[in-house]
Amino acid sequence: MAQIAANPVDYAYLATAILFILGLRYLSSPKTARFGNRLAALGMLIALVAVLTQGIVQWWVIGIGIVVGAAIGIYSGRAVKMTAMPQMVALFNGAGGGAAALVAAGELLKLTNAGDGVLPFDQTFTIMLTSVIGAISFAGSIMAFLKLQEVMTGRPIVYPGQQVVNAFILLLVVVSSTLVIMNVNGLTWYTVALLAALVLGVLFVLPIGGADMPVIVSLLNSFTGVAAAATGFVLANNVLVISGALVGASGTLLTVMMGKAMNRSITNVLFGAFGSIKTTTGAAGSGAAQNVRSVTPTDVAALVAYANQVIIVPGYGMAVAQAQHSVRELADQLEKRGVEVKYAIHPVAGRMPGHMNVLLAEANVPYEALYDMDDINPEFERTDVALVIGANDVTNPAARSDKNSPIYGMPILDVDKAANIIVLKRSMKPGFAGIDNPLYDNPKTAMLFGDAKKSIDSVVSAVKAL
Amino acid sequence: MSAQLLAELTVFILAVFVGIEVISKVPTTLHTPLMSATNAIHGIVLVGAILVAGTFDAPFNQIVGVILVILASLNVFGGFTVTERMLQMFRPRTPQPQKKDGD
Repeated sequence: MAQIAANPVDYAYLATAILFILGLRYLSSPKTARFGNRLAALGMLIALVAVLTQGIVQWWVIGIGIVVGAAIGIYSGRAVKMTAMPQMVALFNGAGGGAAALVAAGELLKLTNAGDGVLPFDQTFTIMLTSVIGAISFAGSIMAFLKLQEVMTGRPIVYPGQQVVNAFILLLVVVSSTLVIMNVNGLTWYTVALLAALVLGVLFVLPIGGADMPVIVSLLNSFTGVAAAATGFVLANNVLVISGALVGASGTLLTVMMGKAMNRSITNVLFGAFGSIKTTTGAAGSGAAQNVRSVTPTDVAALVAYANQVIIVPGYGMAVAQAQHSVRELADQLEKRGVEVKYAIHPVAGRMPGHMNVLLAEANVPYEALYDMDDINPEFERTDVALVIGANDVTNPAARSDKNSPIYGMPILDVDKAANIIVLKRSMKPGFAGIDNPLYDNPKTAMLFGDAKKSIDSVVSAVKAL
Repeated sequence: MSAQLLAELTVFILAVFVGIEVISKVPTTLHTPLMSATNAIHGIVLVGAILVAGTFDAPFNQIVGVILVILASLNVFGGFTVTERMLQMFRPRTPQPQKKDGD
């Protein structure tokens, strides 16, 4: 008996898997990251060329699909603003999840039409796994997109009995999937399972507030990874299994990191509806009663221009106002005057992991000037001015002191230890979590109200005029 | 469980460990590009999409097939484009101190 020769395509898939792993490896340094991304893209190209040799009958289906998908993908990928990156990533993630579910659906149809009615466990099980996870990821990502794009409110949406409804839908998913696996009326129950999974995807993102988005975006990324790997089980294709596993591991790791940075478990994020108790009844206005001190851009300019060290604390507000370029300009002006400028980046600042880093990189801020929470926190004591730009909950001292606060225990940036604190904010409305921030009552704190970009621009001209 | 599924599961588990090993070395600065890159990588479902959609017969299935391939391609091409754009922006501190004369 001669050995069965390997299919040449499998060599190509092996090359792809190696290139993906190396690509991710090179992502560990900003200097080599671009090369890493290109290695991964090359790996993808090899796999695509290889698969096109595999007995395709309907060329027009593939042709139209790739041309249209690539055109939309490349166009939107180029056109999207850096501030809109989180929703873009969510959208592409959803596309991947939806594709995985459809591949599994197609495979099931094919098997059902070809077979004698009873499908083996391996196949039905992996098909259900792919379909359910893919569908949840698809619907969840679309919801995350809608929230991030602010088509719908970014605040948690909660209603009585929410957990019960979610549990019921989950049960429906499990039961109908089991029926498919047991070959009971396969296609009917398959449809039920798929629809229920889609509904579940929508429902589980509904109660997630904006501040928790970094966790959810990572989690959905990991879901799509697992769905891709499960597609590999369905099609007995190792390159899908390996790639999916890499993405699943990456997404899970990031999810755990984000959860740690908020001192919350994943279950708490999913089922906790952050701060919803306080937001439900017009708590937004309650902040106005706080005893705050408001200042002008000229006051701020005088303060920062004569400081030894200024730490800039960016948050989602900076992204919304697209103020990153103005911030960089201010930093340039200050550095010219001999002021040391550092940036303090909280792991969950913004709407996705590393969101602030990308925005500041876009504004040409060198990455060496960005400091992680643990590295920068001891610095605040030695800092003359902490400039908080559109960040709120990640600076809230209640997380350290107030046991009743919903964010109690969350590691925060110790902004309140700086000699002076300037907070740029649009109004006194609480942040996404809907929690009052005692930082604003601090006698050391001065508030500069208005659009962050306009405020910073005014400060820059005031500094220049000094 | 068939021997084949077990073999694939083995590959999966090992790849998860490789993934954790490789990805835990990525600094926080690069977390967004990392997410975006892994996002593009799971676009590998396009391979599965092509395998499945390329053999659809019925017209309805073919329409679904086109949608399927569009979704997966969107994921691949959009993902790599966006990652490339992000990474273009990461550059080290240049030693040249602001060359603006005048004051």
